[in-house]
Amino acid sequence: MSFIENIGQYVLFLNRVFSKPERRRIFFDQIIKEIYKLGVNSLGIVVIISVFMGAVISLQTAYNLDNPLLPDYLVGYTTRESMILEFSSTIVGLILAGKVGSNIASEIGSMRVTEQIDALEIMGVNSANFLVFPKIIAAVFINPFLYVISVFVGITGGLLASYLADTVSVADFLYGVQYSIIPYYISYSLIKTVVFAFIITSVSSFYGYYVSGGSLEVGRASTKAVVNSSILILLANLILTHILLK
Amino acid sequence: MIELKNVNKSFGELDVLNDISIRFEAGKTNLIIGQSGSGKTVLLKSIIGLHEVDNGHIYYGDRDFTAMNFNERKLIRKEMGMVFQGGALFDSLTVEENVSFPLDMFSDMNEDDKRARVKFCLDRVDIKKAHKLYPAEISGGMQKRVAIARAIVLNPSYLFCDEPNSGLDPVTAIVIDKLIHEITVEYKMTTIINTHDMNSVMEIGEKILFINKGVKAWEGSNHEIFDTENQSLNNFVFASNLFKKIKKKL
Repeated sequence: MSFIENIGQYVLFLNRVFSKPERRRIFFDQIIKEIYKLGVNSLGIVVIISVFMGAVISLQTAYNLDNPLLPDYLVGYTTRESMILEFSSTIVGLILAGKVGSNIASEIGSMRVTEQIDALEIMGVNSANFLVFPKIIAAVFINPFLYVISVFVGITGGLLASYLADTVSVADFLYGVQYSIIPYYISYSLIKTVVFAFIITSVSSFYGYYVSGGSLEVGRASTKAVVNSSILILLANLILTHILLK
Repeated sequence: MIELKNVNKSFGELDVLNDISIRFEAGKTNLIIGQSGSGKTVLLKSIIGLHEVDNGHIYYGDRDFTAMNFNERKLIRKEMGMVFQGGALFDSLTVEENVSFPLDMFSDMNEDDKRARVKFCLDRVDIKKAHKLYPAEISGGMQKRVAIARAIVLNPSYLFCDEPNSGLDPVTAIVIDKLIHEITVEYKMTTIINTHDMNSVMEIGEKILFINKGVKAWEGSNHEIFDTENQSLNNFVFASNLFKKIKKKL
C-alpha cells in the first residue's frame, strides 16, 4: 500500500473511531480498564527509566562543569530542565511507543485474525470505535500523569546520584531545581505528551486493525506500529517545539 | 427467509461469485457446500455484509440488504447471530461475559434478567460449569457451543455458521450439528451453514447449495444428493471410498 493510501486509510479509520459510543456505561468501563492497562501497567518502566535518566543527566552535567565561574546549582537546574523539556515527554513517549504500541497492535491484530473484530461487526458494533476510542481517551488522560511522575522521579534520581557521587551538595542541587522556573515549559511538554499519547494509540491501533493473515502478520504489524509511531513522535516533537517555543 | 438474486463478487480481475441466485427458507438448516476456494466463504461474508457484492441483491425477508446504508444495516444486524469457524469468542471475557456481551450492548434488560437469559442460553447448549472460565480454558467443542449461545442470546431471526464443526472430533461435530438444527427449528430461524463436512450434509442438510468455481452448480436436499447426475457434485460428495461404497449399496 502506498504512503498516500495509508494516510487516506488512517483518516477513514479515525473517522470510524471518533463516533458516538454505543453504550456510555460500557464505554466508561472500557476507559477505566485501558487506563489501568496503558497507564498503571507502564508506571514501573517509566519510573525505572526516569530515575536513571535523571541520575545520568546530573552526573554528566556535574562532570562537565569545569569552569569554576559556573555555579554548582546548575546541576539541579539542568536536570530539571532536561527532564521537563525533553526526557519525560519525548524519551518516555518513545519508550511507551515500544511497550504500549506493540501491545495495542498485537492485541487488536490478534482479534482481527481470530475473527473477533468480525464478530463485533456482525453484532452491529462499530469495532473501531469500541476497541480504539477508549484506548485513545485513556492514554491522553493518563500519560500527562506519567509525565509528571517521570519529572519528579527523574529529578529525585539526579539528586540521589549527586549525593552518592558527591558531585554537588543537596542544598545546591535543590536550589538549582527551584531556580528560574518557567511554568510555560511544563505546559509545552504536557501538550507534547498528549499529542504523543494520541500518536501511540491511534497509529498502533491502525496497524493492528488492518492486519490480514496470521500470527506472522500480527508480529509485522506490531513492529510497523512501533517504528512508525516512534518516527511520528520525533516528527511531532520537532514541529511542536518549533510552534510552541518560537 | 433470505433470498439472493444474481449476486456477483470479484476481487480485482478474479471473479469469485458469478450470478448466484437462491432462496434460503426460515426454520430450515440451509447448507452452502463446495471445495476449498470455491467461493462459499465469500458468499457467506457477502450475505452478512462483511463483503460488498458488485451487483445483485440480497433480501432479508422483503428488505433489500444491498440497498441499505450503514445505520440501516446496523438495525438488521441485531437480528443476526454468527458462529465463526474458530468461535471468535472474546479472549478477555469469561464464558458468561461473552454470552452476555450482545445483551449488554443492545438490550435494556436489568442485570437479573440478563443473568437469567445467559444461564438459559448456556443451559440450552449444555454448558454447565464453565461460566466463569475464559475461552482459552475450555475445549474447542465447548468454545463452539459458547459461540452458539452467544449467537442466539438476542433471539436472532438469522443464524450464520462458518464451518461450525471444523477441528472437532466426529462425535462432537454431530452434537454441534444437531444442536444448530434443533435451535433452528425451535426458534424458526433462517440458518445458513458454510461447510465441507459430508457428515453435516447428511445429518442436517435440509437445503443444500453446491458452489463450484463461484457458480451455483446444484441445489437440493440431503435426500436428493445421492441421486444427482451433477458430475462436479458427485466428484465432491463421493470423493472418499467410504461414500463411494455407500452410494453403490444404495
